[in-house]
Amino acid sequence: MANNNVLAQIDEQVKKNKIIVYMKGTPSFPMCGFSAATVQVLDSYNVPYESVNVLEDPAIREGIKRYSNWPTIPQVYINGELVGGCDIVREMHANGELEPLIRAAVQE
Amino acid sequence: MPTGIEPITAEEIQSLIREAIPDAQVRVQDFTGGGDHYEAVVVSAAFAGKTKVARHRMVYGALQEALVQRIHALALTTLTPEELGQAEEQPSGLVNIQTRNPR
Repeated sequence: MANNNVLAQIDEQVKKNKIIVYMKGTPSFPMCGFSAATVQVLDSYNVPYESVNVLEDPAIREGIKRYSNWPTIPQVYINGELVGGCDIVREMHANGELEPLIRAAVQE
Repeated sequence: MPTGIEPITAEEIQSLIREAIPDAQVRVQDFTGGGDHYEAVVVSAAFAGKTKVARHRMVYGALQEALVQRIHALALTTLTPEELGQAEEQPSGLVNIQTRNPR
């Protein structure tokens, strides 16, 4: 039961926020190199985004992996969809695929 | 590293991925030499037409147990043979996979 509550809580966060990142630490104080690299990409667009520090909540830390069937953190969601983790986000940033997604999300 | 759990080798990662994606060319590198921070480049025709998320899920699926228990970090690049060809023409396309992630 508790498990389902966490998944419902995550689902609400993901759907409520146009851009949300689940990470270790916070954007101003990341606690992992992968999370740091990911928020660095997001910050480069100068748009507002929500972040969740999974280190503060073990239930979310495990729940987010089950929510998307994605085993690693960070995870970036745009418009309710998993865009990817650090590698994908950096790759899409480098090849220009990420910017239109982000701009479209914040304009809606 | 948690005690009681054997560190995984690059060869083991390689063979787990090949079991799941038989045509895959796999290059695995140990970032730190410590057996828990890896970088993998996987090239397979099976990735054609799939999103990056779907491709990574295929690889994660192959490594499921190892990923939860034995690998702390895995930097992953997934390419089709065609994309690999393009990346080799433009070396910059592969440069970002060499980036080291600090712990």
